[in-house]
Amino acid sequence: MFGIFVGGTLFITKWAASQTKSAADFYTGGGGITGFQNGLAIAGDYMSAASFLGISGLVFANGFDGLIFSIGWLVGWPVITFLMAERLRNLGKFTFADVASYRFAQTPVRIFAASASLVIVAFYMIAQMVGAGQLIKVLFGMEYMYAEVLVGVVMMMYVLFGGMTATTWVQIIKACMLLSGATFMAVSVLLQFGFSPEALFAKAVEVHTKKDAIMGPGALIKDPISAISVGMALMFGTAGLPHILMRFFTVPNAKEARKSVAWATTWIGYFYILTFIIGFGAITNLIQNPSDFYVGGEIAKGLKGGGNMAAVHLAKAVGGDLFLGFISAVAFATILAVVAGLTLSGASAVSHDLYASVFNKGCTSEQELRVSKMATIALGVLAIVLGIAFEKENVAYMVMLAFTIACSSNFPVLFMSVLWKNCTTRGAVVGGFVGLAMAVVLTVGSASVWEAVMHNPKGSAWFPYNSAALFSMGAAFFTIWLVSILDNSAQAQKERALYPSQQLRSETGLGASGASGH
Amino acid sequence: MQKVLDRVTANPKFHEFIAMRSRYSIIMAIVSAAAYYGFILLVAYNKEFLAAKVSAGSVMSVGVPIGVGVILFTIVLTWIYVHRANTEFDATNEAIIKEAQK
Repeated sequence: MFGIFVGGTLFITKWAASQTKSAADFYTGGGGITGFQNGLAIAGDYMSAASFLGISGLVFANGFDGLIFSIGWLVGWPVITFLMAERLRNLGKFTFADVASYRFAQTPVRIFAASASLVIVAFYMIAQMVGAGQLIKVLFGMEYMYAEVLVGVVMMMYVLFGGMTATTWVQIIKACMLLSGATFMAVSVLLQFGFSPEALFAKAVEVHTKKDAIMGPGALIKDPISAISVGMALMFGTAGLPHILMRFFTVPNAKEARKSVAWATTWIGYFYILTFIIGFGAITNLIQNPSDFYVGGEIAKGLKGGGNMAAVHLAKAVGGDLFLGFISAVAFATILAVVAGLTLSGASAVSHDLYASVFNKGCTSEQELRVSKMATIALGVLAIVLGIAFEKENVAYMVMLAFTIACSSNFPVLFMSVLWKNCTTRGAVVGGFVGLAMAVVLTVGSASVWEAVMHNPKGSAWFPYNSAALFSMGAAFFTIWLVSILDNSAQAQKERALYPSQQLRSETGLGASGASGH
Repeated sequence: MQKVLDRVTANPKFHEFIAMRSRYSIIMAIVSAAAYYGFILLVAYNKEFLAAKVSAGSVMSVGVPIGVGVILFTIVLTWIYVHRANTEFDATNEAIIKEAQK
């Protein structure tokens, strides 16, 4: 099952390689992807193995809390749809830095955008790679180190030879597999209860150790400030993730860009409803069968392979070994596809934003393409090395940190440069870096890193909340505003004067790069 | 091309149109944020309400339909916006550009 997937996707890569000739093909697949396809690909980028296994595992352990958590991951999408999607498409070409630097001095904005993107990609990637190694170890019994190398090498092949076209198609195939697999599981679970959610919940409450507590909110949200702050990170961080933003440039126009977010939102929302049912299905199916699914057959010792394996065990319970193989292949495909998307966005930050716009202005498309391929190899090797280095570390905070950085650096810079006419280069760059630094420093000071990762004594964390987003994002917006207001240089005047023409293009699409394939 | 751009910029209909569209998208963003934060604040301040049963004797809590409702509401809101933007707004936009190209 697993071999078929890798073979099939490599075949697509071979086909895509014949289509990828210019830098534009490499970055955006030639701009010929429809809104529906792109929506699936975006959903694929977002529905990582961590969210499939993690959220269903959370529902399995705590019930309702899993639903609260998953809703948080959905709310960023309307923000992107209403405020960003079409403006991004109208102003951008290959990367979001094209948008942020539209009327600004190229060099500083590009350097900022590339640094922020690479930091976000690095944290997101470490979390994915470590999760990947551990998952493959459990699923296929492969050594952790070999698993890392395998993921790194296959992913590099996709990106290197097939560029955005292959990455998108791998993502679309994986999204379809994941959605159909999850649908099958959810329907099988509901079938056991005659399609009555009430009967499912009743049985779950009867067998779960926490009894009726799984039907209400538990310990997930401790204080309202943390809850709001986490919400901000999820809501606005999504609109600052480089591998998501990059997908807006693969469609031909604003209309398709809007359609792609609407489809993405639909699939992601549907998927989260499925994971909720799957989590409850795991409760009713696994707990009554401890000899098959629990370590030593004892519930007290936990699930085989850890709490995140609930969905995988459920696959076996409802669909036998064949379906277990399918879901394992889906989980593996998910890791590969997400890591490939991240690598591609990191590589384009290096080649398009740093190389072609700062270090070697006026280079040819071939040169740029060569640099992006070298960057892909470098990032792939780095991913393998970091994945191995962080094997034993606690990486749970890293995805949240990536979202916090995204909502405190990329998002404010994008938002202000597109929507506020007085914003200047200085304001955007200083504010963006302030947000980036605050996000990292405050996260280090919170209990989840200061105590859980750095092993400082309990209660010594000097930042009292779970998430820095509220403060770091606020600081970024404030700094952008303050520095821009105080900036009266000739450059600033020029940038303000360019606002009407930028607005004209972002609002109407006049002069926008068409399908970026030429 | 520059002439077309200047004519669009000079057209009061254009400024009216983008102001109206921005207002609409900001209102939609606020509505979706309000749905989410409303839910989160319920979780933070009124756990009992969410844990209460839908009806006497049932197991399903009030929180489940509300939670699933927030997900569905988000999806529906997105489609409402996209539908209006892709038909009405795009038509107005095109009309303004056509007028400038004459």
